Amino acid sequence: MPATRAALEARGRIVGAVRAWFENEGFLEVSTPARVRSPGQEVHLDAIAAGQSDGEARWLITSPEYHLKRLVADGLSPIFEICRCWRAEESGPHHRTEFTMLEWYRANAPLEVLATDCEALVATAVHAAGRDPLALGLRAPFARTSVRELFARHVGFSLTGAETAAELRAAAERAGVGVGTAAAWDDVFYQVFLDRIEPELARSGPTFVFDWPAPLGALARPHPRDPRLVERFELYAGGLELANAFGELTDPVEQRRRFDEEARIRAARGKAVYPIDEALLAALPQMPPTAGIALGLDRLIMLATSARDISEVQAF
Amino acid sequence: MYDTSDIRKGLKIMLDGSPYTVVEFQFVKPGKGAAFTRTKMKNLLTGGVLERNLRSGERLEPADVETKTMQYLYADADSFVFMDTTTYDQVQITRDTVGDQAGFMPENTNVEVLFFNGRAVGVTLPNFIEQAVVEADPGHRGDTATGATKPAKISTGASINVPLFINVGDVIKIDTRNGQYLERLSRA
Repeated sequence: MPATRAALEARGRIVGAVRAWFENEGFLEVSTPARVRSPGQEVHLDAIAAGQSDGEARWLITSPEYHLKRLVADGLSPIFEICRCWRAEESGPHHRTEFTMLEWYRANAPLEVLATDCEALVATAVHAAGRDPLALGLRAPFARTSVRELFARHVGFSLTGAETAAELRAAAERAGVGVGTAAAWDDVFYQVFLDRIEPELARSGPTFVFDWPAPLGALARPHPRDPRLVERFELYAGGLELANAFGELTDPVEQRRRFDEEARIRAARGKAVYPIDEALLAALPQMPPTAGIALGLDRLIMLATSARDISEVQAF
Repeated sequence: MYDTSDIRKGLKIMLDGSPYTVVEFQFVKPGKGAAFTRTKMKNLLTGGVLERNLRSGERLEPADVETKTMQYLYADADSFVFMDTTTYDQVQITRDTVGDQAGFMPENTNVEVLFFNGRAVGVTLPNFIEQAVVEADPGHRGDTATGATKPAKISTGASINVPLFINVGDVIKIDTRNGQYLERLSRA
């Protein structure tokens, strides 16, 4: 369903209000390249090829995070960016190959501050859409829980984050989850998550899910109190996965190890392997402890306007 | 074998030993995880609907189902009798299998019969049928434009809602998929 004029007007007001909120908070708006040598190395994100420069392949970004972290390492903070990102083969009611990302970074701030930011941004977007957060069930503070708590409550087993993939698979099967042929740790995890936890989150009010298992660490730093976890939260609201936040990993050795591991898995699965972003790794030692977050701006607009399909909030 | 990229409406696959047809499907993907196809499927034997999150790349076994065009002949005490229009073979299908559709199935009409492992398990009617009204309350003058309806029984046995101006003996067109009245074709 294409966007109505009213939806496009709401979209324009929301984007304006979000920018004004960041300006008011003292953020600097920045702009980073859309076409890069090293798109996200994550196993489940596929970049779209964008020709060559200087005899080297270029790709469209799947997220602006690498360049934004380099700016933070250069001393720019707090910063935000609103930009288009591209993820190949992603198309559905909540997904578009080309979509709008909102990312922001706060140096020397704890992860929790980003959760408070999210609450304020949801309220800002809902007000800009001319609606009432209370009537939409979106009043702050949002619920805060952890991955372990969700597994204990909705799946019925204690997830530590230190399980081997085979142990996790066996636990999932004992809990009655059909895991098919999934063998990788994250594949088993997400089968359980989609079958048992996501439907519960979709029925609940807005919820921050903190403390993710280390195998799902990506660019997050280890949890200070439990190395089996990482400092990461996801915000779920209105049945949408709205935002993903990290206490950013600044250890270049550990980051290289994770990039190498992801590249190895990508190669084993026959996927394109992207060059490691050496400029990012070189910048990490200068980076202060930082909290960073990516929020799907189209989804925030969906939430604020009660749209069911992402196409309802896009002009084309 | 199929895989998740073959999933589309109407695809027939085996799941836990039963044949299913895909009713709805949706791309879902956790931000940091693999893509899944959230697939709503109808059990072709029981009509029960279930939802599965099928991870991209999972293999799916095709269901051994086929459809044949057959003519509905008559009903007996607990089943309906159909004839293969090419071989003239007759098969019986129980009332349970045909279900509520029986009320919209005129004799001597061609229908699609679904076979699973060689056994008839389901019937798909033509989308539209034309039937006479056999029971209806008298209409009311002046109500033709209000959209109000009343119950009426058609000659195949189903009770449906019709506009107030419909009378016994009128021939009407009905959508068999939802039992909706569509239009009046001739007056009594």
